[in-house]
Amino acid sequence: MSGLDMIRSAVGNTFRSKTRTILTVLAIFIGAFTLALTSGVGTGINRYIDTTVSSIGSNDIMVVTRTAENTSDGPAKYEPDTRNVASQTASPGTTVRAITTGELDDIAGVSGVTSVDPALAIRPDYVEYNGGTQYQVSFAGFPGGTKLNLAAGADPAPGTSKHEVAIPVEYVDALGFTSDSDAVGKTVTFGVTDQTGGSTTIDATIVGVAQPGLVGTSSLTANDSLTKALYDAQSVGLSDASKNSYASVTVHFDPSDSDAQISTIKGDLKALGYDATTVKDQIGLFKTIIDAIVLVLNGFAVIALVAAGFGIVNTLLMSVQERTREIGLMKAMGMGGGRVFGLFSLEAVFIGFLGSAIGVIGAILAGTALNGVLANGLLSALPGLSLIAFDPAPIAVIILVVMSIAFLAGTIPALRAARQDPIESLRYE
Amino acid sequence: MPVPVLAARDVKKSYGRGAARFDALKGVSIDIEEGESISIVGKSGSGKSTLMHLLALLDKPSTGAVELSGRDAGALGGRVLNRTRNQTFGFVFQQFFLTPNTSVLDNVTLPLRIAGVSGAERRRRGMEALERLELADKAKNKATDLSGGQKQRVVIARALVNEPRVIFADEPTGNLDTATGAVVEEILFDLNRRTGITLIVVTHDEDLAAKTDRSVFIRDGLIVDRSGENA
Ligand SMILES: Nc1ncnc2c1ncn2[C@@H]1O[C@H](COP(=O)(O)OP(=O)(O)OP(=O)(O)O)[C@@H](O)[C@H]1O
Ligand SMILES: [Mg+2]
Repeated sequence: MSGLDMIRSAVGNTFRSKTRTILTVLAIFIGAFTLALTSGVGTGINRYIDTTVSSIGSNDIMVVTRTAENTSDGPAKYEPDTRNVASQTASPGTTVRAITTGELDDIAGVSGVTSVDPALAIRPDYVEYNGGTQYQVSFAGFPGGTKLNLAAGADPAPGTSKHEVAIPVEYVDALGFTSDSDAVGKTVTFGVTDQTGGSTTIDATIVGVAQPGLVGTSSLTANDSLTKALYDAQSVGLSDASKNSYASVTVHFDPSDSDAQISTIKGDLKALGYDATTVKDQIGLFKTIIDAIVLVLNGFAVIALVAAGFGIVNTLLMSVQERTREIGLMKAMGMGGGRVFGLFSLEAVFIGFLGSAIGVIGAILAGTALNGVLANGLLSALPGLSLIAFDPAPIAVIILVVMSIAFLAGTIPALRAARQDPIESLRYE
Repeated sequence: MPVPVLAARDVKKSYGRGAARFDALKGVSIDIEEGESISIVGKSGSGKSTLMHLLALLDKPSTGAVELSGRDAGALGGRVLNRTRNQTFGFVFQQFFLTPNTSVLDNVTLPLRIAGVSGAERRRRGMEALERLELADKAKNKATDLSGGQKQRVVIARALVNEPRVIFADEPTGNLDTATGAVVEEILFDLNRRTGITLIVVTHDEDLAAKTDRSVFIRDGLIVDRSGENA
């Protein structure tokens, strides 16, 4: 029998007993549907994290802090030429030894480090537009090359002398703009109180309106010249030594560096007494948790599929039983056992294909509908998040996995059919 | 003397083991020449179908040998056996064995499909066989919707479609009324006379047996002469 004839016969045979085939396909459908949906959730959340990562910061920076002193042998000794600043990473109230200007050069000397920027903690008092209501502000984001999830405008540009700022969507109405795009290009004023109690104001141009992401839903993002201006303004009255003490610094490296190169940089910094964390490190843990949850959900779906596999065994055993004479006749007429095996295996694989294809299509439809409902309800605070997303590769993998399960299930009845003795079959009543 | 197309050499066949053992054939030898028509005659349960299955290489004897054109069939590989049954033999079994819910044409072309013949060629040869049995107009009908006589003609068309050299017919008229039976007999003997096909008919009907060139009588698994005495 030619390959095409085999496929045609197998497909034809599946539809001979429609009710039975439909029920079996339904069982596989449930498993494939669940599997497609759970892996769709994994794809959706991970995709969202990936876009959010690029809005948190670029992939060519790491945040460097001083490694905490080992205090297990008693408190750390005070060294007179050092100063402490509030820690940004440990629990509130904790202080760490500050990184000073001279030490920035040590860090810059590490091979692979292209530049070092101290992280300037800026805290202006308010922002106002055109003399209107004043609002509290907080700044977030890594300096240099920040990519935001923008509703309008562009990212604040580094390396310019202009003061540029991106505001979150929720400030648009408050400051009195009519729309996101209306805000772009307008000048806002920041009020700053310095260390001597004096007040100054600094103007900046809104270049972008950012959508809230997983982090920093209400933070503004300033470019480096605005950051510097605000920092200088608030630091009036501080000694140079105090002003130039930083809890953390941002290190840039070549974005094309491999993971191995990055860990070499980290190792070198560690040897100097600094801890370095890339954006990937920060997000990695989150992703690991998501992947684990998706894996467990997928496990349940696979259990459903294995149960459906037994349905295939049952269906095909009945089919072999019913077609005993037909199988006997075909074997008597010279059809080899291998071909008979192939015929029933193909039938199983086809049932698996039907169930998985319909299941996957169903999951895509259901996922799309669910995304629509969630975007307007539960997840409306996170625009840009499609909880369920589908990539061609995992979808193809699901269909192939289900077809393999079906094939495995089909081997039992197919072997029985292949081993049938033609004479016995022809005598069968 | 020409080599017989099929031969049985002291063939024995027993079913089951131990106390349940049953000897269906107890030592049968027979030569079948190319182009002859031969009938295997005997009462129900005498071992006719068993002998036919052995000659048709569908089953293996317990002892003794079946020879195909002088070669021991027991030494042939599964592939060769399958090809022989597919291309050299045509079968008419004791029951129709038509596949339900499948068209008459598809039933008839089953041996060609197994042989891997292409769709168009299959159709052409299937229709040709159906025309010979005056069933061309039923080609698209469901096989199970036909009358008994029509079904038996479909079965014969299926046996002919691969242009075999030997046709095995187990009780070809057993399920038919006398008139239809006569038509079916006529078709088979006509084939034998005109195309030189070897015809092996199994029957308990002495009238049908008388129409073949030669009859072999079987009783309790042994060949006997016409009177029923051991030959
Ligand atoms: N698989 C089997 N197991 C046990 N006994 C069997 C088996 N097949 C056939 N027999 C026995 O062998 C004997 C011969 O059977 P066979 O089918 O050859 O008879 P037959 O001459 O064709 O009869 P009928 O005219 O009724 O078709 C019978 O007694 C039958 O019961
Ligand atoms: Mg019989």
